[in-house]
Amino acid sequence: MSLLTEVGSPAASRPHFPELFTQGHALLGFVLLVYPALASDFFVTQIGAYSLIVGLIALSLMVLAGYGGMVSMAQITIAGAAAYVVAILGDNNSGVHGLGWSWWIVVPVAAGSASVLSAIFGWIAVRTEGIYTIMITLAIATACFYFTQQNYALFNGFPGYSGLRAPTVLGVYWRDPQPFYYLCLTVAAIGYVAVLYAARSTFGLTLQAIRDNPRRMRAIGFDVTAHKVFAWWLAGLLAGVAGVLLAWFNGRVSPGTIAVAPAINILVVAVIGGLRHPIGPFVGALVVVVIQTFAIDIVGAERFNTLIGLFFLVIVFISPDGILGLWARYGPHPERDGKTSG
Amino acid sequence: MASSIAASRLQGTGTNALELDNVGRHFGALVALSGITMRIAAGARRAVLGSNGAGKTTLFNAITGDFLPSYGRIRFFGEDITGLAPQERIRRGLRRTYQISQLFRNLSVRDSVYLACRGVSNGRFSLVRPGAGDGAMLQAESILHAVHLDAEADVLVGTLSHGEQRQLEIALALAGAPRFILFDEPAAGLSPTERRDLIEILNALPRHIGFVIIEHDLDVALRVSDYVSMMHNGRLFKEGTPEEIENDAEVQQIYLGGGHG
Repeated sequence: MSLLTEVGSPAASRPHFPELFTQGHALLGFVLLVYPALASDFFVTQIGAYSLIVGLIALSLMVLAGYGGMVSMAQITIAGAAAYVVAILGDNNSGVHGLGWSWWIVVPVAAGSASVLSAIFGWIAVRTEGIYTIMITLAIATACFYFTQQNYALFNGFPGYSGLRAPTVLGVYWRDPQPFYYLCLTVAAIGYVAVLYAARSTFGLTLQAIRDNPRRMRAIGFDVTAHKVFAWWLAGLLAGVAGVLLAWFNGRVSPGTIAVAPAINILVVAVIGGLRHPIGPFVGALVVVVIQTFAIDIVGAERFNTLIGLFFLVIVFISPDGILGLWARYGPHPERDGKTSG
Repeated sequence: MASSIAASRLQGTGTNALELDNVGRHFGALVALSGITMRIAAGARRAVLGSNGAGKTTLFNAITGDFLPSYGRIRFFGEDITGLAPQERIRRGLRRTYQISQLFRNLSVRDSVYLACRGVSNGRFSLVRPGAGDGAMLQAESILHAVHLDAEADVLVGTLSHGEQRQLEIALALAGAPRFILFDEPAAGLSPTERRDLIEILNALPRHIGFVIIEHDLDVALRVSDYVSMMHNGRLFKEGTPEEIENDAEVQQIYLGGGHG
């Protein structure tokens, strides 16, 4: 099979997933695990769990934008689609639909539908590049927002659905503060580790290579469109699972969930955190959620968006790579100057 | 899989590697290529010469499908590939390098060559990390060795020197089981030492692999090829052995600007 018979020295056997087993991850994992023991219910749910959910949606954007070079404005729309499926197939108290299916069938169907929807969005968007991808996904997000607002047959129009409840499994009501926090933490951790691992998988490498040079990827045998659409499908899976958690967190889903402002919010979260590493979206989510929660106390309800906007401006101005970029520049770095350069 | 590749290769022997029938390409009113007809046997090594704007790179783009020709047919080992997507042509054993390096700046050298090997085999969508014992990874290591890039395997492509990037361009074209390679000015910007290396690498290619090389440096072009096609204003206007071309008065007039003895 090989063209050149002589085989160079085989690469020294490297550990398969070295990035996971770091001191930073051990410390982070410990802090996240003991956090509920130290914080009030409000902090556990409204800050902790909600940051993890928003971070997971932003992670789906990070996969597309950071690895694939495709900036999507439609990630909240995809998460919202999963939330609507939860409302329609599960229970709600809006008196419309609410088929009452069990959670173990509703959850996979919700995440699955969201991922398929994402693949369709992707299939439309991959014909474009750069700013046109942003525009076309923004157009899709906006269209979906107005459609759900005006369609009463399926989406119950403006009020949407309320009374969505997380299931009670193994005697635990999973929307109670601590169980819900640990549920979100588990799902977010799985998503984070999966992205961290898959970034260096064959598909992860193809996605980054397509970002760098799609023309060359075709010239070494790859179907660029198929790989991009597959990336959208995977990102849709992340956003879809996050959408289920979002439905349980809010207890409701309405057009407001997928409006243009929340769509922009996801982009702000991802950019503030940084798009170069899957931890970025979670850092960004924590920062934005904390600001959104407490800005009202500092500057009043009328101005809290101004504060977020200013913070966004400052971050983008001093560090295009977000908080991750600041960390890379000023944080402790034992291995800095270790490798690179040839 | 391997047997089908072998069978297609056997079937290929005797037919031409590349047949172009009256291939043309225009961009609006600009005629970049007109009426190119060419037959290149399997294993043959052809140099394409011509001044800037003669249509050489356009010819490559039409053959690899970077864009489709406006008219004409292209056959690769007897199969009509005129309308195939680029990646389908690559999977059939066609390869190319680019005049201006087209590389993956943020990937390591090893990962780049690994992807080139993976692109022409199965498992392109795998969500598993390739181990050091992976077939495509092993082949990538041997290609890195062949183009003298072993020492740079873990370096990011964006930090390579120009000469190393040109070597990587060639490495990407050697992945899998190439049957025919299009080299677009591989010597562009190389130092004299690097040029000698390049000639060595090209002459060390297994004889069953044919290639077309676009090259302005006649020293390189005439030393690695056994037949030469001259292009001018989108047309083929002269073909011959390297000696014939070197001594042709008309060629010297157009290409070398006259005055060459």
